[in-house]
Amino acid sequence: MSQDWAKEIKLEYDVIVIGGGLAGLTCANMLAKGGYSVLLLEQHSKLGGLATWFKRKEHIFDVALHGFPVGMIKTCRKYWSPEIASMIVQLKGIRFDNPQFSFTTTYDREDFTRILEQRFKIPQENIEAFFDTARSMNFYDDPSMTTRQFLEEFFPGHDDVHRLLMEPIAYANGSTPDDPAITYGIVFSNFMSKGVYTVRGGTDQFIGKMQEELLRNGVDIRTKCLVEKIVVKDRKAVGVIANGNMIKSKAVVSNGNLLSTIHKLVGDEYFSQSFLKEAKKVRLNNSTCQVYISIKKGEKIDYIGDLLFTSEAEKFDPQELCSKNTTSRSFSIYYPQTRPGSDMYSIVASAHANYHDWANLSEEEYRASKEELIQRTLDALEKYVPKIRDKVDHLEAATPRTFQRYTLHLNGASFGTKFEGLKISMGLSKEVAGLFHTGSVGIIMSGWLGAANYGVIVANDVDKFLSAGGVR
Amino acid sequence: MTKEQIRDTILEIIAQIIPDEDLSNLKGDIPIREQVELDSMDFLDIIMELRKRYGIEVPEDDYVHLATLDSSVVYLEPRMRKL
Repeated sequence: MSQDWAKEIKLEYDVIVIGGGLAGLTCANMLAKGGYSVLLLEQHSKLGGLATWFKRKEHIFDVALHGFPVGMIKTCRKYWSPEIASMIVQLKGIRFDNPQFSFTTTYDREDFTRILEQRFKIPQENIEAFFDTARSMNFYDDPSMTTRQFLEEFFPGHDDVHRLLMEPIAYANGSTPDDPAITYGIVFSNFMSKGVYTVRGGTDQFIGKMQEELLRNGVDIRTKCLVEKIVVKDRKAVGVIANGNMIKSKAVVSNGNLLSTIHKLVGDEYFSQSFLKEAKKVRLNNSTCQVYISIKKGEKIDYIGDLLFTSEAEKFDPQELCSKNTTSRSFSIYYPQTRPGSDMYSIVASAHANYHDWANLSEEEYRASKEELIQRTLDALEKYVPKIRDKVDHLEAATPRTFQRYTLHLNGASFGTKFEGLKISMGLSKEVAGLFHTGSVGIIMSGWLGAANYGVIVANDVDKFLSAGGVR
Repeated sequence: MTKEQIRDTILEIIAQIIPDEDLSNLKGDIPIREQVELDSMDFLDIIMELRKRYGIEVPEDDYVHLATLDSSVVYLEPRMRKL
């Protein structure tokens, strides 16, 4: 903790934003642009939340932002700056490799239509109808149909097609075939329109530019500053206690995990029984394991695609995806051109994981499990990068425990909560005036684009509250 | 505002949100989203802009009324008449 963190901090702000994830950052930026005084508090030393990176020797590893929809360009242009939007570039080689199919695609509607027609022999009219239906879905439509039923309607009996259409979305936001079809349709049509995108320059530069923009718009930022409590008086949020000090505000936005916001930061005693009963039903999303692999200076890897979805599982199975011994993982390949001027290669492998598979291991078991994860990942990578072990410089693994430690998210949840969390997130201010939450809650408001956009929606709610004089 | 002014205002808000789209041939009776690239967040931007500019609150249940330009004018007219 920096000693002078409290220096030049104001006694009172219009809004305090707790947590600098993509939703918190975007929310803070919109409120500051709207003329409000904003204090942003982040417990970690860097902004970005899970959109983060770390350095080992001369390598930089990107923990996230491995792929997001084209809509992110628009979102950055509208709510950040044209400069930040201009950092976003398309990943053209999206490669699938599993027992059911193996090919590379640009992952857009045109290419998918070709693949579905030629490879999977789906009639043209079914493909068109599928895309049009997905595209026309609204988030206020009937949510009772599941994604599985939706896919089955257009591609009956084709579990290979289901896998192709479902797997990348599962990696993007933790959704499963049992989640509502409308949420799938909206996310999918966002992704499918024009392919998969990432940030040129890396996550470090992207978040760095956002930090500059926040400062330009007058946001006070304090990192390494842990918020212990949201202070509630007369059913109204009146500030926070951070690093032991009380800071007042007219509104508080938590970008922490939804459930820890309710139970830890605020406290159950401030909520009605009926609200707590609903909150109890909110399921956390799964966590993640990652393996970071850097390539020795001077070594090269041939172009094998930008983002690989690989699996040895016979069929797509959400449980297999999260199991400790899963063979399903994505590889994000960072070639030197991702960071112009660099000559370094790195690879980040990501797999879903369950917190409880990792939580109770002894230190010895934990170390062994991490080593096993690394070796299994290298075995799988060998198929795409022959002699990978000879080229490796640095190797490191992250588990649900790592994610919990750095983000403080319950159970290391890396996609927030399931869709029922949205209603609870949006209902906070009805329980405690001036209390808001933003972050990954449910499928539409999840993934990187969803998180940033939800930050905008919540900023609008905060503005509504404050411009009405802070009265509910 | 007159109906004509309301229509112009809606078009101006949409133009601000999606500056790259050509709105000159937008038909009033066909859903806006079928004619131009307007995603669900762009749609929410319209709702948010109506509140910021004119204090008009459109509850979620009423979003369907803003599907086409014509239906938007009909829905907003009683709310914007006195502006």
